[in-house]
Parts: sequence; C-alpha cells; structure tokens
Amino acid sequence: MLERKFRLVVIGVSSGGVQALKRLLGALPADFPLPLAIVQHISPDAGDGMARLLEEFCAIRVKEADEQERIVAGTAYLAPPNYHLQVERGGLLSLAADGYVSYARPSVDVLFESAAAAFGRTLIGVVLTGANADGARGLKKIKDAGGLAIVQDPADAFAREMPAAALAATGPDYLLPLADIAVTLLRLAAAAQPGKKVADV
Amino acid sequence: MDDESDRVEDVEARLLLEGIEQVYGYDFRDYADASIRRRLAHWLAESPFDTLSQAQSSLLRDSKIFLSLLSGLTVNVTEMFRDPPFFKALREQVVPFLKTYPFVKIWHAGCATGEEAYSMAILLNEEGMAGRYRMYATDIDEAVLATAAEGVVPLAEMQKFTRNYQNSGGTASFADYYTARYGRALLAADLKKSIVFAPHNLTADGEFGEMNLVLCRNVMIYFKPSLKERCLKLFDASLVPGGFLCLGMKESLERRAIGASYQELLPTLRIYRKRYA
Repeated sequence: MLERKFRLVVIGVSSGGVQALKRLLGALPADFPLPLAIVQHISPDAGDGMARLLEEFCAIRVKEADEQERIVAGTAYLAPPNYHLQVERGGLLSLAADGYVSYARPSVDVLFESAAAAFGRTLIGVVLTGANADGARGLKKIKDAGGLAIVQDPADAFAREMPAAALAATGPDYLLPLADIAVTLLRLAAAAQPGKKVADV
Repeated sequence: MDDESDRVEDVEARLLLEGIEQVYGYDFRDYADASIRRRLAHWLAESPFDTLSQAQSSLLRDSKIFLSLLSGLTVNVTEMFRDPPFFKALREQVVPFLKTYPFVKIWHAGCATGEEAYSMAILLNEEGMAGRYRMYATDIDEAVLATAAEGVVPLAEMQKFTRNYQNSGGTASFADYYTARYGRALLAADLKKSIVFAPHNLTADGEFGEMNLVLCRNVMIYFKPSLKERCLKLFDASLVPGGFLCLGMKESLERRAIGASYQELLPTLRIYRKRYA
C-alpha cells in the first residue's frame, strides 16, 4: 500500500482549527511534495488573515485559494470565507457560492466529495478537531473512491465531535494524535513520484 | 469497482448534458465539473430515479421534469447587499461617476431571485438617481425571474439583510423598504419601477448595448475558463468606454483577455472601469 502515489491532501477542521493547523502545517518542510487543500470553518466576514497568519508560521506556502488556481506541491490552499472550495479534474481549484452544506460554507464535505471524484486513489483525506459532523460524509466518499483516510484521535482533539462523526461514518486507515499526523503525511508523500507534476492527473 | 462506477456516472452526466443541449438548447457542458456533479447528484437524490441514465428519458421528453432540473443546476444563492464593502464602494466611488450622465443603463447578469437588483435600486434611489436609470436584470431560469419580479423575500432573512444594508452605508431605515406579511417580506413597489426582468442565457445569447455598468457576481465561478472568456467578451461588448464592470469578491480580470482594457478601481472589491482608449 505504501507504494501508492498520492497527489493531493485534503484537510477538514473546525473549532480549535487555527492551533491544529499551526501545528500540523508548521511541521511540514518547504519541499513537502504534495499540495494541500483545506477547509477551516470560518466566519463569512473574516478576511484572509488566517492564511497570512499561517503563512508566517509555516515553511510551506499557505494562501487563500483563488478561483481556478492550479494546485502545486508544497502549497496549502485555504477555502475563502463564505465560499465552498472544490477540486476539479486536472488539478484546478474552483469556488462555489451555493447554500450551506452540512450547515457550513465552506463545507468540508463539498471539498472532500469533489476531491474524491477528481483524485480517487491518489487522495489523502484528513479530519481534525471540530464540534460538528461536517466531513464525515466526505471522508466516506474518499474511502469509497479508493483514497486514504486519516482521522485525529477524538480523545486528542480540542473538539471531539467532528473526528468522532468521521469515525462513525467510515473506518480510517490511520487514527492518530495530532502530533503524529505530519510525520505520517511525510511518510505517505515520500512515496509520491519525485519530479512528476502534481497536476498531471 | 468504485473507480468504475464513478466513471459510469461521468459518462451518464456527459450524455445527459449533451441531450439537454440538443433538446432544450441549454448548454451546461462548459460548466465546471465539480459543481455540476454535485448539483446533478442533489437533484437525483430528490428525484424518483436511481441513476441519471434512468432519468434521462423523462428529462428529455418531459419539459416539466427538465425545468425542475434546470432550477437545480442554475441555483444561485443570493442576498441583499451581499458583501457590504462592495456596495459601500459602489455607493461612494462609482455612483458619483454615474451621476454625471443624464440617464444610465445597467445590466445585472445572473440576477437569480433579484436580491442584488433590488439592493442596487435602493442604493441608486437613495443617491438621488431615481428615474434616471434602467436596470436589465437577467437570468437563464425563468422560474427564478418570476420570483424576482414578485419582489418577495423570506422574512427570516431580513435581519441579516438589514445588517448588510447598514454596513453598506445605507442612509434610510431599511424597514421602510418592505412590508412584512405571512412570513414574507414584500419589497416596496417603487423599487421595481426601473428594473426590467428578462431571460438571458450567458452560454448562447448576445450582448446588451450601451451599458454604463455591468454587474455579474458569483455566476462565472461555475463556468469553465472558455465560457468565462465568452461572458467577459460579452460584457466588454456591452459596456460603453468609462463603464463599470462589477464581479464577485473572488473573481478577477487578471490573466483574462479583456483585462488590459480595464483598470481596477479599488483593489480587492473587483470593481473595474473600462478604459477610454
């Protein structure tokens, strides 16, 4: 299983998310070989302050996703406030202003389901701390499409509901404390083919 | 196996969209995949059909069933004064230019249920432009246009809309613009006087002539780049020199064919002005 070539990591996180992302993304080296697309539940009126804060804190590049931006390795893309973030086939990001899904916009389920359809077996989905059930349905879709699922141990999470809901929806490949997730991503990503363009799906 | 069933769903979706284009003339083939896929899945889940191929025959033969899908595919969630900083900039930075004309024409493309069109009418009337503008508010879906023309919005939303209005620099009491009735808010009839609601399909129809302002927010984010370029060309052909183009907060003219002919009036608010030469 470890020879699988992963091409994208998607992460869903809600309450307690800023601290969790600081620790997780902060532990990844600048040459992390995969792109990451992230939904953090956030107030519709928030600006892009969160991406800038994380960017300062991390070795990888962190930015708010632009419409139809092409994903590249070593970069984390955050869903903008008030928009759903999706991944298209071919590795383009797209945004949607549809209504709330799973009571949220951006919604983790929307990101995960679009990524599962576009990236299938080459996708890693991660559910972190949060106080709702968004992401559970999406993580199941990722597993159903042959992707790999990582869930933060609810006992280790700031808010346990979101990882617990993900666990109830599907059996993850890894159930880990936050501190171990970065090193696991690194190990999985190391199997990604070096030199191959991430967007060539 | 799961990979395979996914591929079958993609084939089904492609065939259906092809059929819809041929039978009804609505072309969704240039819509971005992720949103179309999600909206088709959502419609299917609410329908009596198990698969899109099973639904296809009914969809292509029964226009009523098709219309229910059309509404699902083109749904645009909207608010009054969505993104208050945008409407504040419109009021403070754009309207002063518009006021230098005796009469202005505005095209609001993809108006959905009309909330932004009514917002614009409120803003223009407050700024002393009542009777000096005509607004063409268009959408692909005639069902939402009928709702828009009614001028009725859910009462439950009014609290949020009122907050948006105040944050956008509104100068009156927002409650004066509607009457609450049976859980719905009926917008003041005089707001409609200068709005023409009309069907228009951005994938196929032509431009509107001599516009001073074109507003199209959060519509093109659902389109593939080729269709987006088509729309921008259409807007460019519709605008007079010195006219304004207003896009959604996450849309930009960067790297677009018409980009060089426009200057960004205010960074981040996506208000562009067409150059004179």
